[in-house]
Amino acid sequence: MKILRASRMERCIGCYSCSLACARLVHRSLSWERAGIRIRSAGGLTSGYEAQVCIACNPAPCAQACPTDAFRLRPGGGVRVKLETCIRCGACAAACPFEAIYMDEDNSYPNVCIHCGRCVPYCPHECLETVDAPAVIHD
Amino acid sequence: MINQDTFRILHVNLDEGKSRAVEFGDPKLCLGGSGLTAEIFQHYGKPDLPWDDPEQPLIFAIGPLTGFFPLMSKVVMAFKSPYHNEFAESHAGGRMALAMRFTGYDAFVITGRAKKLSCLLVGSRKIEVLDAYYLAGMESSATAKHIRRMVQRHRGRRSIIRIGPAAENGVAYGSINVDTYRHFGRLGGGTAMAAKNLKAIVTVGDGNLDLSDTKVYAKAYDKIYNLVTKTETMKKYHDLGTPENILVLNELKSLPWRNLQATTDPDVEGITGERFAEELLLRKTACSGCPVGCIHIGLLRERFAAQHEFLYRQVNYDYEPIFADGSMLGMVDAWGVLLLLEEIEGLGMDVMSAGVALAWATEAFEKGLITEKETLTPLKFGDPLAYQIALRHLSNRTNDFYRELGKGVTAAAQVYGGADFGCVLGQEMAGYATGEVFYVSQAYGFRHSHLDSGGYAFDQKHVEKDVQAAVDFMVNEETRRLELTSMVSCLFARSVYTPEIIQEALESLGYGGIAQNLSSSARRIQAKRWRIKFDTGYKPENIKIPKRFLEVETWKGKTDPEYLSRITDAYIQKTLELSQADGGATPTTIEVT
Repeated sequence: MKILRASRMERCIGCYSCSLACARLVHRSLSWERAGIRIRSAGGLTSGYEAQVCIACNPAPCAQACPTDAFRLRPGGGVRVKLETCIRCGACAAACPFEAIYMDEDNSYPNVCIHCGRCVPYCPHECLETVDAPAVIHD
Repeated sequence: MINQDTFRILHVNLDEGKSRAVEFGDPKLCLGGSGLTAEIFQHYGKPDLPWDDPEQPLIFAIGPLTGFFPLMSKVVMAFKSPYHNEFAESHAGGRMALAMRFTGYDAFVITGRAKKLSCLLVGSRKIEVLDAYYLAGMESSATAKHIRRMVQRHRGRRSIIRIGPAAENGVAYGSINVDTYRHFGRLGGGTAMAAKNLKAIVTVGDGNLDLSDTKVYAKAYDKIYNLVTKTETMKKYHDLGTPENILVLNELKSLPWRNLQATTDPDVEGITGERFAEELLLRKTACSGCPVGCIHIGLLRERFAAQHEFLYRQVNYDYEPIFADGSMLGMVDAWGVLLLLEEIEGLGMDVMSAGVALAWATEAFEKGLITEKETLTPLKFGDPLAYQIALRHLSNRTNDFYRELGKGVTAAAQVYGGADFGCVLGQEMAGYATGEVFYVSQAYGFRHSHLDSGGYAFDQKHVEKDVQAAVDFMVNEETRRLELTSMVSCLFARSVYTPEIIQEALESLGYGGIAQNLSSSARRIQAKRWRIKFDTGYKPENIKIPKRFLEVETWKGKTDPEYLSRITDAYIQKTLELSQADGGATPTTIEVT
């Protein structure tokens, strides 16, 4: 399965079109936080931008931390999310090493990239792409 | 916006340190942005009191399309101006518009005066007035660094607007820096903010909006996104950017040089958009919600010691700054222009007024009206280091001369002479020596801005001298632009956002009532703004177009004084009629929510 990669963030101009697309198309919202990919400056606008987005860990610490299996490992990396079973404990967000999971301050549900790639065509500078997940090498 | 029946605005009273969220106005009549600020000023403003009376409101507003569509990325600021003591409006991009959208407020209205220099912080669930007395006199970029440490959360979702020392010192054209590379520049919005004892405003966009039906909206979004990114419409803005015009206007004999003593110069190559792009362009960036990315950042590399010790800064450049602090000051070297822009940025002055003021001072110095006793450094066209020193004196208001110059060229010329060659059209000129229509459009326009009605475009397209056509163009273009600045769109997108596209966007969000009233409400807002301008003291008879503009030679030849006079009279008459057509306040009560 494909996964989303923010491979060329050096090109990012900080327009937020990706975050807004995810919010609009996936989360039915107008938001720059309620989105699987969120953009922030790396420390003031003179220092460029970085993307807060799931890097598709395999195995995924967030899925391992989830007590209800609302987060389950997705084939190829990342997670499938089943909000019906989520108890909004925030264990997933706490377990993520990259702050890629946003706990919604309005409804307390987690938001994480589902690697659907719907944000990709909205980036005017091709910072984003979907790629084949790397093969997992086990000992 | 809660719905299309009312706005939700935040009134912050700095005297009391308390705030109230209130429902205000009718979006179908006020639209938002420019229309909303005018309506708010009508309610909260005090036309007869001076600009720095604590009761005067400082107003920031977004519009119904803010954040929903590409390039709906601007904030309208309204205030009583320290420059002319009249109602004024200024627009800025950056991150503030989207951050405001996500606070849930359509406008901030700030009245009163904080007891100490302060920083106002507004989020969707928080309002704080933080002490900032230790930032007094601090330059703009350093201020932002300290504020970022004060407000460490919400990276990427916060906007920081701040003033520099010039505004704190009372320079009439002190500006507000918005998120490092954008500005509320003209007519002294920063100085009006200083009068509130506000060093900075942090807007934290930490809320979310639920959308019930996204299918129609998403389709409308895609249509507009494709128009913006997949056609040639916006190419000029993200390629060379507005500096593309330097070479064009120089060839048209319309680029002001050395205090408008010339309109073209063979040495233009040193400061063209092409030269900046090839030698100094470091990267581009964008306002939040805009995929165009028109903000051009130049690399200013400075050697500060022997043994190849260098520092670097990232400086935004555009057409207007290159005109005002480049050609107008006789600068033919792009590096020197960036040096001055960086200096002005830190001090926090309007880049156009500061440059044009120093251009007048240089000619006055050359003519012997003033000496080094006044200027404290020998001013010379093309000398960036002298101008760097002069800019600091201008910001510091070091002596009587700089105190007067800090009020504007007209004020300084009243004391020292030289009014004939002061390049002032209501305020210091914008960079278009294109002819009679532009001179009238800025001198007698609502904001005294080239953006009010774009009179330069009429000059460039028409050789015939048709007074009625010129006045109709200015009035109709102002109405059309009010449709955009009430949404609030970037004016660069004016060819994308036709009235039909704006209406389609509004309808996709369920704002059919606003869409139906778009043009009639824009005309209503136009009348209201003119009435407020007259009510706050605007007297067109006090504005004279200086002799220098009559001496100018453009591609069309010399200025025609008779044509200029006829357009002036007809346009003033039209704005008077507009002001008298306003019907007063909208019949909407204010309720505490």
